[in-house]
Amino acid sequence: MDLEKMLRPVDNPLPPFVPKYMTLASGETMVVRQADREEIPDILPHIEKLMHVERDFYDIVAARVYAELLAYCRHRIQDEYVLVAQIDGELAAVVNGRSLNRETGMSLHTIALRRGMRVGAHAFATKMEYHIDALKHEEVLIVAESPIGFRRWMIEYDLAKRFHIPHELGGVPSYSLTRELFDKARGSLVVGRRPVPEKLLKKAEKAILPPSDPPKPPQDLLAATRAKGDPTGTALMTQRWKQGGL
Amino acid sequence: MREVYVVGIGITSFGRLEYPLSEIAAYPGMMALRDSGLSAVDHVYVSNMGGCRMNSQSGLASAVVDSLSLTPAGAETIENGPASGASAIKQGYMAVASGLHDVVMVTGAERMREANVFDAVEFVATLTHPLAEAIYGVTLPSLAGMFTRLIMKKHGVTERHLGMVAVKNHANAMFNPFAHLHEPITLEGILDSPEAMTNNPYVAEPLRFYDCCPVSDGGACLILASGDAAKKCGKPRVRLAGVGQATDTHAVHERKDPTELCAVRGAASQAMRMAEVKPSDVDVAELHDAFTILEIVESEEAGFFKKGEGHLALEKGETALKGKLPINPSGGLKGKGHPVGATGLGQAHEIVAQLRGDAGKRQVKGAKTGFTCNFGGFGNNVVCLTFVREK
Repeated sequence: MDLEKMLRPVDNPLPPFVPKYMTLASGETMVVRQADREEIPDILPHIEKLMHVERDFYDIVAARVYAELLAYCRHRIQDEYVLVAQIDGELAAVVNGRSLNRETGMSLHTIALRRGMRVGAHAFATKMEYHIDALKHEEVLIVAESPIGFRRWMIEYDLAKRFHIPHELGGVPSYSLTRELFDKARGSLVVGRRPVPEKLLKKAEKAILPPSDPPKPPQDLLAATRAKGDPTGTALMTQRWKQGGL
Repeated sequence: MREVYVVGIGITSFGRLEYPLSEIAAYPGMMALRDSGLSAVDHVYVSNMGGCRMNSQSGLASAVVDSLSLTPAGAETIENGPASGASAIKQGYMAVASGLHDVVMVTGAERMREANVFDAVEFVATLTHPLAEAIYGVTLPSLAGMFTRLIMKKHGVTERHLGMVAVKNHANAMFNPFAHLHEPITLEGILDSPEAMTNNPYVAEPLRFYDCCPVSDGGACLILASGDAAKKCGKPRVRLAGVGQATDTHAVHERKDPTELCAVRGAASQAMRMAEVKPSDVDVAELHDAFTILEIVESEEAGFFKKGEGHLALEKGETALKGKLPINPSGGLKGKGHPVGATGLGQAHEIVAQLRGDAGKRQVKGAKTGFTCNFGGFGNNVVCLTFVREK
């Protein structure tokens, strides 16, 4: 018996994602494209670093994304896809999800490695487009792990409640982006252009470059004190003051 | 009256801070003490606007003076809306100038991001007229939007001009390690590209997302001293040479012409007259650009440009970092951030750093005279300050 065959999910190829691109507020161009299994090892080290960033729940999201990417790479998750957003080759965001059945998609994660400029929001919108337009799902089940996610998904898209369905991420009540809600967001929240100019796409496909300014743990002295069991920061401030430097 | 000098400055990063309001005020206080070389002050003024409502903390000055081990110095909290910071500086100025105290600390703090953005906007809207404005759902962005429409009609300011202010101030903020936003933007990205409407949607038409300042936490501090006390500190002699304050009607629609920011004009002329400088003498200015339109109009009301020509000066690059009169080299409220009760102190911190020649990559070459405009309400309570570098 081939045990590996038993352990792997059913091979059920998903339709390809057609790459797209958009201009960010910075004027930079961001390409969103599908990542192959072979590219996942290039992405993992950048996600791993974010497991130690408590801010905005990056730690939880990164830990889960890491596991999902690994599972995708090593065939331990059913019907998952991974999209990457790149700016000038640099990894800017990773979004993933999976097809639950013919009607329903399960959004897994959106993680931005470049803060601001709606990088995460553009990437999220693109994966929703993949679910609705390519996978032909009627709805996508969504949860948010951070307040930023809640604002971007639940509030901006005015998601419907599906609280009777526990989401795969932590079993919490699901929200849903229905086809109708998605259609309302086309052109406003869901933007981007196709085809991606050849040169741009080639640059993105050539290599997933490390993010130049990824989220980091707070550098600020007092913000860091939370993690040191000094929630008010007073002890650390006083210590540094005595040592003669802040 | 005695002359008043700035002998110490301190600031936190603006953005989201994860520690209590009193510590956001105390931390720059410590830095300012270190900067001045002092370990005690006679009095502490703490500016804050929303501690009671957003952070459930009252009596902030009492907490700060104790956090800093400055007891038994007197301490009080100053609240004057978004102009609280400059108002507190004014109180400190009066205490030293009058001879009541020799050395005072003026520190300010706000922790707004503890509230969600909707509550924060609603909180700031509490400074509008309760019966004539707030009751109808007026918020500061909505007032600014209506104001912008009138200015556009009157002076030909366009959305592109507003975008140019945002691009300039975001670029300046890139050189400011304390700034909330380190996010360079371009006109292409926020106005011209097919995705611009998504990147930069309308918030209160014609104002868009990038025309509005972020909601920030932050604190900043100045230590003011008499001439004699300042000599002992041995810091570059930056004198708080002019203080001006003026008010206007609470409800904006009661103004004879809502496009005239009379309180800015009045406060600015007082602050410059007292310092014996003219607008043309000012080398660097920090103006209260909570909305991009305000930078343009305040630059006119302060006398830097003729009425209706602020946007033309902007077009010519005169207000850029290397322009004739750099405005908001710190990034302004737009790029550096707007922790409301601390903003006036943040502005003053930047000007003092500029006049000392300590502003790093955003240094305005040879700056000797600096000006700040801290705009409270929607222009109903404005405090302006003039700083002069002495030899």
